Amino acid sequence: MMTTVKAMTSGELARYLIDRKPLYILDVRNEDVYGDWRIEGQSIESINIPYFDLLDGVEEAVKQLPSDGPILVVCAKEGSSVFVAEQLAEAGLREVYYLQGGMKEWSEHLEPVKAGDLPDGALYQFVRLGKGCLSYMVVSGGEAAVIDAMRTTGVYEAFAEKLGVTIKHTLDTHLHADHISGGRKLAELTGAAYWLPPKDAGEVTFSYAKLEDGERIAIGATEIGIGALYSPGHTIGSTSFIVNGQYLLTGDILFVASIGRPDLAGQAEDWAGDLRRTLYEGYRGLSEELIVLPAHFGQIDELDENGRVAAKLGDLFRDNPGLHLEDESEFRRAVTENLPQHPNAYQQIRQTNMGRIHPTEEEQREMEIGPNRCAIHDQ
Amino acid sequence: MKADVVVVDTKGLACPMPIVKAKKALDSMETGQIMKVLSTDKGSLNDFQAWVRGTKHELVQHEEKDGVFTFYVKKQ
Repeated sequence: MMTTVKAMTSGELARYLIDRKPLYILDVRNEDVYGDWRIEGQSIESINIPYFDLLDGVEEAVKQLPSDGPILVVCAKEGSSVFVAEQLAEAGLREVYYLQGGMKEWSEHLEPVKAGDLPDGALYQFVRLGKGCLSYMVVSGGEAAVIDAMRTTGVYEAFAEKLGVTIKHTLDTHLHADHISGGRKLAELTGAAYWLPPKDAGEVTFSYAKLEDGERIAIGATEIGIGALYSPGHTIGSTSFIVNGQYLLTGDILFVASIGRPDLAGQAEDWAGDLRRTLYEGYRGLSEELIVLPAHFGQIDELDENGRVAAKLGDLFRDNPGLHLEDESEFRRAVTENLPQHPNAYQQIRQTNMGRIHPTEEEQREMEIGPNRCAIHDQ
Repeated sequence: MKADVVVVDTKGLACPMPIVKAKKALDSMETGQIMKVLSTDKGSLNDFQAWVRGTKHELVQHEEKDGVFTFYVKKQ
């Protein structure tokens, strides 16, 4: 009998998650890695049996897997998932896939979704499902700005080309600690200006455009502007953007289900007060109608039915637990004690984003493995 | 009893082959014999440790030099 093992790309897997189509995952990586970081979704069920426990046969796995519906075998790079998937198909399972490129490619995949309309354009959100990172492209009048770009800059270039727009600006809301910024590289490749808050750029080795409070960056020939709002707390330089008076890009200060952590640059105690002022005073003065677009999500259920992570500022004041720590000492405790584990390699990532170290492509990929863990409520 | 160390060279091979080959060699060995596995696969270290932990065999020693991981496993 011919076995029928098919490859599933990260893009196809993304649609299963976003469209909430049922999928059963057999993750064959070792238990530690699976415990630390895996593919999750409302319509996804997964079990973990390391491939080296399946060398004598897959009977044990077959017993635990459903006999109907698609089964996706996942490993770190791909090889072991093909090895196991072929055996499952031989054992009689009908719809068996392996994840093309494994978790390595999944962790880099960006799924573009439309976050909202703009005059003569739109605001797009790029959802990095495997890591919980969100980046943005503001498009209007044939021009574009990319905010908090990932290092896989080809995705933004291809997207801009498809839309027929020119990338004029790249901006980072802050110096990132969980992923390597693609902002500078994308700016170099496209001739765009790279903007970074100067208070986060004290140790950087490159030149950049200074993103200061009140700065307005025009996009296209229309009146669209990106207004910079200094909002320290996650880092001392953290800056939010208000796009066309409609959208509030909060970086790692305010998320949909949580708030940012102030400790990744080593100064939790000092920055807790800044974070509280930004969240409880700065943002309070803004219109509650603004659509909040953060730089991360923590749980897959923060995605709406279109795969978008967004919420009205007014709704977050009502529902976000991080905005209900009224007592100052309670707030300080929440953002400095019992914090989640640090993101993988966060210090090297910061050094890379400052231009102080230059890891290879492969090393950069390794550094970014795992979830972002930038919110105080992350696990 | 065979005293020789069984060498399994998996340099250049990617997951799952290093462990597939190591297991095959181990299955044909006698109790007390030592297997030496060479691998250039970066994921090897964690997987090897986890795999041996799940068997009754013993990971006697492991080292990395110039990108080559060497594992010594004693068959029980």
